[in-house]
Amino acid sequence: MSTPADASSGSPPGLRVCVDLNLCQAYAQCCYAAPRHFRIEGHEALFYDPAPAAQDRADIERARVACPVQAIRVEDPGQAS
Amino acid sequence: MAQGSTTERAVVVGAGLAALRGAEAMRAAGFTGPLTLVGAEPYRPYDRPPLSKHVLAGEIRADATTLPSSLGADVEWQLGRSVTRLDRESRTLHRADGGTVPYDRLLIATGTRARPWPNPHEGRLSGVFTLRGRDDAAALRAALAAGPRRVLVIGAGFIGCEVASLCRQLGLPATLVEPGPTPLGRVLGSTVGAFIGAILEGRGVDLRHGSEVEWLEDEGGRFVRAHLTDGTRIDADVAVIALGAVRNTEWLDGSGLSADPGGVDCDAAGFVLDTDGQPDPRIAAAGDVARFPHPLYGGRRVALEHWSHAVMQGIHAGQLLAGAKPEGPYAGLPTFWSTQGDVVIKSAGLTEGADAVAFTQGEPGSGRFIAVYGRAGRCIAAVSVDSARWLPAYAELVAAGAPFPPQGAAADRPSKGIMVLAPGFP
Ligand SMILES: Cc1cc2nc3c(=O)[nH]c(=O)nc-3n(C[C@H](O)[C@H](O)[C@H](O)COP(=O)(O)OP(=O)(O)OC[C@H]3O[C@@H](n4cnc5c(N)ncnc54)[C@H](O)[C@@H]3O)c2cc1C
Ligand code: SF4
Repeated sequence: MSTPADASSGSPPGLRVCVDLNLCQAYAQCCYAAPRHFRIEGHEALFYDPAPAAQDRADIERARVACPVQAIRVEDPGQAS
Repeated sequence: MAQGSTTERAVVVGAGLAALRGAEAMRAAGFTGPLTLVGAEPYRPYDRPPLSKHVLAGEIRADATTLPSSLGADVEWQLGRSVTRLDRESRTLHRADGGTVPYDRLLIATGTRARPWPNPHEGRLSGVFTLRGRDDAAALRAALAAGPRRVLVIGAGFIGCEVASLCRQLGLPATLVEPGPTPLGRVLGSTVGAFIGAILEGRGVDLRHGSEVEWLEDEGGRFVRAHLTDGTRIDADVAVIALGAVRNTEWLDGSGLSADPGGVDCDAAGFVLDTDGQPDPRIAAAGDVARFPHPLYGGRRVALEHWSHAVMQGIHAGQLLAGAKPEGPYAGLPTFWSTQGDVVIKSAGLTEGADAVAFTQGEPGSGRFIAVYGRAGRCIAAVSVDSARWLPAYAELVAAGAPFPPQGAAADRPSKGIMVLAPGFP
């Protein structure tokens, strides 16, 4: 009895992103790397898109690598890893 | 339990954050046997913090919160199934649908649920919401998008304050009713809580502290207004019940484990305890549901409801069950963050039992500051408000039990020097 991943859409599997907001120090490097997916609100509140489209993976990967405290975790179901 | 043994079956009950990180840790630590996650919700593990923030704001869909995971096809998901009973004698889990799941190693990660409004009829009125899961968030988001006259939030803990701030960001009138003297008083004390209250009021939240809602008025099945104990009436279309959480431990009744609505008890290593106080070496617990003696706080039993704790203790328990880790105590420094509108509150350590609080950096009245909590001359916790970059240094002082009030050069001292005050716990 195995249930497939959320059967919400039929489009190619997108990415899954989660930022550890305890670690995040609002350095904003991710925002420069992927401005459409990460932004700082107020002084230090990070907003991020937890479900970017598959074609944005290069931007997301740039953001992940840029984070000085490695707070960004990404799963890319399209990229068998 | 030998590492890498493939004959043993591992089961995780719950499919939330702690469950996911625990299962991943089991695999990472070399457990190659069958691994099953049984979760009451019909969804893969998803992230809850966005639910009270950008999901309510309409910027993220509730179903976009699925957590990244490293689990592969060698894991069985039993989703939309809840476990109703644990039989340790036969090592069997009984599900609500009548099915059974055998285990040799078990991770308990059933988390908490929202504490319901005490009057069940009023709690079911259209327009009355609680907020724990992604379906709750989607339903509340739809109600906010419909443009209610006013949103009433009952309870000024973290989630209540987040919802009230968010309503103001959306331009919705919001009233926050709290019986205590300030918001967040139970966690932060009324001294720091008063500054948070000022920030909320500055954002236009109608804050009614020292007030209690007596009943919710029903008009044709809809919530239309709340009546406070002092006779005040508040007209609103939406009521959000934010009265904290109840731990999901009922399914452990009759299992012989020591569990109650405050959590399931664990020993220092992370194994669950039976009612005689003996550990069961086949079963560990992690996340919101686990109550354990924290070595940083003199072995006091605590149950923590924070994201990073679910991650850290989930990983610890997964390693433990994989047989990969010496049975050292779990001693992660408790930390959390909360985003109130665009204001970030972060904390390291536990404030409980504090006898003093010192404002060491920034200006509390300006809405950006650090508060350090002391007990018997030692630093036990630190809280930052829009000053997160300073917090790691204070977290180190807390972890080390450094003398209170903390010494040392601060680049951003409040103009009047360090203020030391009573923390204002009830
Ligand atoms: C709206 C909201 C906002 C939050 N914001 C923050 C924040 O900003 N910062 C922070 O640090 N923390 C925050 N938290 C807390 C954080 O999300 C929790 O600490 C974390 O989710 C705990 O994870 P868990 O796996 O222990 O429990 P849960 O996430 O509750 O997962 C437990 C799972 O087990 C399932 N379950 C329960 N009983 C059974 C059963 N009998 N059989 C099968 N399955 C069962 C439940 O359905 C649930 O899916 C927030 C929580 C909420 C609800
Ligand atoms: S780069 Fe990292 S620390 Fe900086 S804002 Fe992004 S997630 Fe936070």
